[in-house]
Amino acid sequence: MIGIKLPVSADEIRKLKAGDEVSITGVMVTARDAAHKYLVETDGEDVRDLLKGSMIYHCGPVVKKGDDGKYTFVAAGPTTSIREEPYEAKVFEKYDVRAAIGKGGMGADTLAACGEFGSVYLSAIGGIATTLAQSVVEVLDVKKLEEFGVPEAFWVIRVENFPAIVTMDSHGNSLHDEILEKSRGEYEKLVG
Amino acid sequence: MEHEKLTAHFLELIRRASTSLPPDVVEALRRGIENEEPGSAAASTLGLLLENSQKAKEAETPICQDTGALYFFIEYGPDYRQSQLVEAIEAATAEATARYYLRPNAVDSITGKNSGDNLGAGAPNFHFTERDENGLRVKLLLKGGGSENVCAQYKLPDGRLKAGRDLDGVRRCVVDAVFQAQGKGCSPGIMGVGVGGNRDSSYGVAKKQLLRDLGDTNADPELAGLEKRLMDELNLLSIGPMGLGGKTTVIGVKAGQLHRLPACFFVSIAYLCWAARKAFMTLKGEEVAYDWD
Repeated sequence: MIGIKLPVSADEIRKLKAGDEVSITGVMVTARDAAHKYLVETDGEDVRDLLKGSMIYHCGPVVKKGDDGKYTFVAAGPTTSIREEPYEAKVFEKYDVRAAIGKGGMGADTLAACGEFGSVYLSAIGGIATTLAQSVVEVLDVKKLEEFGVPEAFWVIRVENFPAIVTMDSHGNSLHDEILEKSRGEYEKLVG
Repeated sequence: MEHEKLTAHFLELIRRASTSLPPDVVEALRRGIENEEPGSAAASTLGLLLENSQKAKEAETPICQDTGALYFFIEYGPDYRQSQLVEAIEAATAEATARYYLRPNAVDSITGKNSGDNLGAGAPNFHFTERDENGLRVKLLLKGGGSENVCAQYKLPDGRLKAGRDLDGVRRCVVDAVFQAQGKGCSPGIMGVGVGGNRDSSYGVAKKQLLRDLGDTNADPELAGLEKRLMDELNLLSIGPMGLGGKTTVIGVKAGQLHRLPACFFVSIAYLCWAARKAFMTLKGEEVAYDWD
């Protein structure tokens, strides 16, 4: 398990290889569909400073608002990342983001951007929503809540020992492509 | 039974389904860990799944933030009416959403507006069966969107898969569906397989198989053989937990059949993620019993 403290440098991220297990501590931001569109179409002033050297978490959480008005994450596993494929490479470039965290993997544009800018794609485990919510030790802020709604807003969160696996590194390796090709061989035998 | 009491029992059923993993699924994931290489990413992922389900149970919070669509399968005796049950279940569903056992998951397909309480057209899903004996037998399944997106329906014969109108043709469809899904349905999954029927009843019988105990044996020896063979073959695909490689790609294959039209031979695969959230309840008079903790 490799510990990563946020913010993190591109040099540090380039040391990671597909298959490495990481544990993340620091401030990151959730963003999914509406958020990615916003980041590409505007200058992202609400979150620009927060994203620099940090990570984006593809997540639509269940969020509880306490009697004191404070938010806490109740359940917060990853959502499917491939929907952000048209945006992610631009987001990495424009905002100096070091990683996207999600599930299911991303495509060729994001993989190329990982190499170009010194970023990675991290897979979190789908369905371990209580565990991952417990890694979110504090909800620091929320941006665009009214406009985007709870699942789609930018939640600024402090995480401690957030577990993930590097599945696309900055050296052109994608574990998702490798597994697909590996399974294809056995598949062809079974239906041959 | 009076409305408030009945609603409270359904609320408890939903809480249990969303926050705790059934014992047969826990057992299957444990067996998966034993089969994986010690120290591998696959073993570590399966370990995290089990650890999460334990934490969710203790904290009474959802195992997965996608708390899915709700499917109620209900057998009811002469002391109950369907309208009374629908009323209680709808009240329980809205309350379960307010208590964060469920995420608001019912979106109007035309306006895009989320109803906020998991109620809407076709939400929740109800399947009623009348019976002579008094009381209720309720089975609840929560099924998330990731796994629903990788469900698949085939029409035999299928030239691409060299699949004819026989059980080997069915087998080929299931192999294809699991290969196409890779890790996107949150593997290791449980495959409900519908053989025959029409377009909708084929998916219906496939989904119903997802309620079966993972350790049971199909009463039909032909289907039992198919299930066993597919369990072995699908786990050779090396897709593994969350599609990141490994020997545990499926933890269950359960097939059911329906008669079909001479012209039609549908095969439907209902993919259920590893977070196979089901809870069962029996009501007799004022007594309530849940099948597990």
